[in-house]
Amino acid sequence: MAGAFARWRAPSVLPGFGLSLGFTLFYLSALVLIPLAALIVRPWDLGFAGFWRVVAAPRTLAALELSFGGAALAAGINTIFGLIVAWVLVRYRVPGKRLIDALVDLPFALPTAVAGIALSALYASNGWLGAPLAGLGIKVAYTPLGVVVALVFIGLPFVVRTLEPVLADMGHEAEEAAATLGASRLQTFRRVVLPALSPALITGAALAFARAVGEYGSVIFIAGNLPMVSEIAPLLIVIKLQEYDYAGAAAIGVVMLAVSFVMLFALNALQGWTARR
Amino acid sequence: MTKPRFKKPTEDPVAARVALTLTAVLFIGLFLLLPLVVVFSQALSTGFAAARAAILEPDALSAIHLTLITAAIAVPLNMVFGVSAAWAIAKFDFRGKSVLTTLIDLPFSVSPVVAGLIYVLVFGLQGWLGPWLRAHDIKIIFALPGIVLATIFVTFPFVARELIPLMTDQGRDEEEAAVSLGATGLQTFFRVTLPNVKWGLLYGVLLCNARAMGEFGAVSVVSGHIRGLTDTMPLHVEVLYNDYQYVGAFAVASLLALLALVTLALKSLLEWRYADEIAAVHRH
Repeated sequence: MAGAFARWRAPSVLPGFGLSLGFTLFYLSALVLIPLAALIVRPWDLGFAGFWRVVAAPRTLAALELSFGGAALAAGINTIFGLIVAWVLVRYRVPGKRLIDALVDLPFALPTAVAGIALSALYASNGWLGAPLAGLGIKVAYTPLGVVVALVFIGLPFVVRTLEPVLADMGHEAEEAAATLGASRLQTFRRVVLPALSPALITGAALAFARAVGEYGSVIFIAGNLPMVSEIAPLLIVIKLQEYDYAGAAAIGVVMLAVSFVMLFALNALQGWTARR
Repeated sequence: MTKPRFKKPTEDPVAARVALTLTAVLFIGLFLLLPLVVVFSQALSTGFAAARAAILEPDALSAIHLTLITAAIAVPLNMVFGVSAAWAIAKFDFRGKSVLTTLIDLPFSVSPVVAGLIYVLVFGLQGWLGPWLRAHDIKIIFALPGIVLATIFVTFPFVARELIPLMTDQGRDEEEAAVSLGATGLQTFFRVTLPNVKWGLLYGVLLCNARAMGEFGAVSVVSGHIRGLTDTMPLHVEVLYNDYQYVGAFAVASLLALLALVTLALKSLLEWRYADEIAAVHRH
């Protein structure tokens, strides 16, 4: 017994291992793992055919497509603008830099429902941005475009915060060498800077994407929630729950969970691969 | 400092600098600052008195009360969990440590709606424990316990993920010295470990609290939206907004926005003042 225990953990003079690990495992199991197991088990009440009927229903597919497609588009937009924001904050001297830097974290701190009603008011046809955009013939609120706007809002800090430390740590030596060898600034950026940043860019984009796929609060106010058009997958879960269709809600939840895990796994594999390269 | 006569080879052309800076500032202004300004401007659109009345109305006060109670239960529990997990993971070596660390981060990759759903599936009427809870007249879903559970889930990793890297970096020498000099476990923790991690702990608690008070999706699934009873502040904002009571909705929302601003200010202060005593890498 003692021998098995010793092999399982390295000896230490510090006290409290059993207590702290025991409490950690209990808390984690009771609050996270067992409830998640309830989610994974539930949809099979319907049998596989029933599960498939829920997941392959046109309304479900449209909602999943909007959640994943919108999240991907928003992550793409955030990758480009997040790179510009991080670049400016790290490399340039800008007045009010500390304030701008603090503001980048706003989407982490601002409750999603507040962001939702604010964006909705801003982009409504009589809103500060909605009115001029309507003049150009662009409708944002209550369309899929509104969903993307909300997802851009909540995803931006993931890209900026992932890039900033990498940019700050990156010395100027490689860029100086490229310039000495006659590369233009643009060539240096494309051939030297961008490859060095790409792991952080991919990580930041993936984090923004993962957050956006499951996002609910900031989206539902601006989306208009039209079935088949601007209804996101998390909202469909809520609707199924209100109809007491627990198994149906769980089926969509399981699909979302599975895709998130595959994403997370792929991201880990990708990071391992770029680290080895 | 004299002005540099030559452009450094790693310096971007002036046109590029100006264009990129303008793009960044414009993007932040349009996407981040403007929504924040709208919250306050809408709240005060019919004057301060109307906003004040909307906040002091009984349903709003009960929502504020419920939000404070929820955070007052969920945040300390997650704090104790975070400290305990960090102590086990940072101060000892054992098998399965990296799996455990990954599992602690798990709630961040789960949609808030799914976070609420899982508790409905366990404690709801048709859930695993539903019939038993009903027989014993215990209400969890559509009541305070469910709201607290959902809040704990979405804020689960905040303290732990701040403390684990920090305490791992700090090593075990000081604790081992304390123990070898005869300190008890609690003495070692309160006299040696806690002073070393107090700013990191505060940082984690700050972020945990902001999310706990602002959570919407997970809480909305388990709350049942009983006005004056199970509506938290974010849910009350939704109810008012859907009732076309925009001034009221934005007035309550502006309280939450103020909380966000205070959180950001304190967070920046901690990062600036105690950079070395907060985990080196910040990924949220």
